[in-house]
Amino acid sequence: MAEAASPNLALLSVEGVTKHFSGVTALSDVSLEVRPGEILGLLGENGAGKSTLLKILSGVMPPSSGRIVFDGVDYAPSSPQDAKRHGIVTIYQELSLIPTLTVAENIFIGRAPLGPLGLVSWRKMEDASRAIIARVGLDIDPATPVSSLSVAEQQLVEIARALSLKSRLIIMDEPTSALTETEVQKLMSIMDRLRRDGVAIMFVTHRLEEASAICDRMTVLRDGRLAGHLDRDGQPIQIPKIIEKMVGRAASELYARPTQRDVAGAVRLSVRGLQTVRDPLAPHAIVLEGVDLDLKAGEILGVAGLVGSGRTELARAIFGADRIAAGTISLDGKPIAPASPADAIKLGIGLVPEDRKHQAIFAALGILNNFSIASLGRYSNGAGFMAERREREALAGYRKALSIRMASPEQAIEGLSGGNQQKVILARWLARDPKVLIVDEPTRGVDVGAKAEVHQILVQLAARGIAIMMISSELPEVLAVSDRIVTMRRGRITGEMPGIEATEEKLMELMALDRKQDRTQ
Amino acid sequence: MTSTTEQTGRSGINIARLLMSFGPLMFLAVLIVIFTVLKPSFIDPINLFNILRQISITGLIALGMTFVILTAGIDLSVGSLLAFCGMVAAVVAKGGTANTLSLSTTGTQGYGWFAALLAAVIVGALAGGVQGFAITRLKVPPFVVTLGGLTVFRGLTLTISNGGPISGFDASMRWFGTGLIGPVPVPAIIFAAAAILCHIVLRYTRYGRAVYAVGGNAEAARLSGLRVDRILISVYVIVGFFAGLAAFVLSARLNSSEAVAGIGYELTVISAVVIGGTSLFGGIGSVGGTVVGAALIGVLQNGLQFNNVSSYTQSIVIGLILILAVAFDRWLKSRVRR
Repeated sequence: MAEAASPNLALLSVEGVTKHFSGVTALSDVSLEVRPGEILGLLGENGAGKSTLLKILSGVMPPSSGRIVFDGVDYAPSSPQDAKRHGIVTIYQELSLIPTLTVAENIFIGRAPLGPLGLVSWRKMEDASRAIIARVGLDIDPATPVSSLSVAEQQLVEIARALSLKSRLIIMDEPTSALTETEVQKLMSIMDRLRRDGVAIMFVTHRLEEASAICDRMTVLRDGRLAGHLDRDGQPIQIPKIIEKMVGRAASELYARPTQRDVAGAVRLSVRGLQTVRDPLAPHAIVLEGVDLDLKAGEILGVAGLVGSGRTELARAIFGADRIAAGTISLDGKPIAPASPADAIKLGIGLVPEDRKHQAIFAALGILNNFSIASLGRYSNGAGFMAERREREALAGYRKALSIRMASPEQAIEGLSGGNQQKVILARWLARDPKVLIVDEPTRGVDVGAKAEVHQILVQLAARGIAIMMISSELPEVLAVSDRIVTMRRGRITGEMPGIEATEEKLMELMALDRKQDRTQ
Repeated sequence: MTSTTEQTGRSGINIARLLMSFGPLMFLAVLIVIFTVLKPSFIDPINLFNILRQISITGLIALGMTFVILTAGIDLSVGSLLAFCGMVAAVVAKGGTANTLSLSTTGTQGYGWFAALLAAVIVGALAGGVQGFAITRLKVPPFVVTLGGLTVFRGLTLTISNGGPISGFDASMRWFGTGLIGPVPVPAIIFAAAAILCHIVLRYTRYGRAVYAVGGNAEAARLSGLRVDRILISVYVIVGFFAGLAAFVLSARLNSSEAVAGIGYELTVISAVVIGGTSLFGGIGSVGGTVVGAALIGVLQNGLQFNNVSSYTQSIVIGLILILAVAFDRWLKSRVRR
């Protein structure tokens, strides 16, 4: 434990920071410190409060209470720009470079060196850029447009920009999630070099092996609270120790484990050797590399995997939303080849997508229109006129059955809480009486109480014979509702076990660790 | 704890929605009162019917444009397409491109008004379909496709007509532009009937629901099983159809199809739709709003003319009101988002 470190050593110290959002506490009394020339790992499951803490540190939002000291003075950035001026740069998963500009222009954006006439001096800019990108081990022409770089190279350009801003603390949010194994090794060696130059790095990651290999110390968050600090102490921090800190929650309080149901249903959906098309414009995007999967009627199959494991891609491929390169899908024993979501829906498949706001909700429309949009045929007559009475009755039925808390069918769906929005989306699919329902992160942005309700709904639907595939990165959720669990990593299934036998430790190992053949490729 | 946030969210959105639907109508009422106070003869039925006749041409196209803008699209080609369809109608009505503005009203070598009307709307719908195809399949943004269409259709028109007008239709065709049923001008009746039809389609059919959904969130619409491309193509077919219908009425009214007809109409039409509260970002708007928007522009033009305000000043006023309407739309959108 590293709590005893003397405070004057710290470059950044966070003291008792708390953040509330409209009644929900996202971060509660969290303290940590980062010292110059060290790599601090920030770990925790989804929803543990990592991103909230990052947003506070990078000036996106202020804490509700608590104190942050950077370099001996109180630190309260008013904006991300202000945070950069102080010397704290955050590099997000979604990179912030402008793809149409060159490497040099991106590094010097907003502060291009000027020549004698007050015009931009391209030579100075490119020379300076060359020196900076050499520090991050990049050997490219600074006049290259960023759009032609790989994700890994773009990341290095971002780091180079941070260095050129004389940053003293670089926060990296899941920097390795989109990188190949060799790229990861390269990034780690550069992180190591920066550390020796005295730069402090906060490394936010799900990849325990990487964290263990490079971090000097770790701070683990759990449910918005500090779960503990871990120290390197001469040898790498052991992965089981990290998992223990991440998991050691009173999970039973939030997620009551259902009694294991005996699912003896017939195989509904069967997937063999499924591969998706690699988009030449996005060569680093995740593709499926041959997935085999069976889903039985009345079963809830949990699909556990980290961001970038291919879990969402699997859902989209089955649903006809992404193009399939090879493999077969069959429904009730008959091969199907949905070329669009419309095809898949006709066949009896439904998808509750991951990103509710952008992929499911029609913000401008009311609840009624949001509810019935996937079954307009069912609620209209032969001439194409809506049968609004039937439509309203159906909504009223689901409102009661799913206890959707709403004022009226005309109410804007955005006025509902996340949980109630999700129930409307579930009702959208139930109205079609689907054979297979795929739910991707069903409780993202849903508060704790409503989470349990959504889980209950899923269990009830399965009991009615619907085959449910539930994708989630929240392991307690996967454990709470799944009859069977598969884990995914890098576009492949890496393991399978009955829900009753699964533990967070077992799943995390299968999700987060590289298998031997992955490492050596 | 969630009930309080739901409550505030709900009331805030409802006020915004209310303004969205009734703001333009209140503004229209205020304008009518002002112009009547300035000059009581403004409110004469004769003048009001006159306004109706004036707005019916652009109003018809604006009905189609409402569908397009509801899907977050735009059609800049409508003015040129109107001229093209008008010329097609003239050729069919007269059986040739000869310019025979004679006093004889019984020229019988043509194919009659019905064939002319049919030709105008079919050509308009086809032209819209081609543009819709380019937008959805070739993935060229609507702004660019229809900007291209704007020059293409004008060029086609000039090619057919050799640059000049084709004039002189028989009385049965002219009735659609100049006739009266009781005191009401025929173009106004056509506009009203079309408006009611469009309102019913958008408000009460599954197609209407789909249009709003595609405009509100195209990705969510696709993932809900809607054939987004087909719906997008269909709205350009609809606006093309209405450009054809408007072209027929305009030619009938002027007893002539002009190669330079409809220049700048796209701006009046888009203004009417936008002032009527339809969001350029898609998913929000109504036919009622568009009718009010068209009426607002008509009343403004007519009232300013009535008070001897020059047409130059009229342009300035209408332009400013358009900008204010969009600023208002953005503001409402930001409130709804929150």
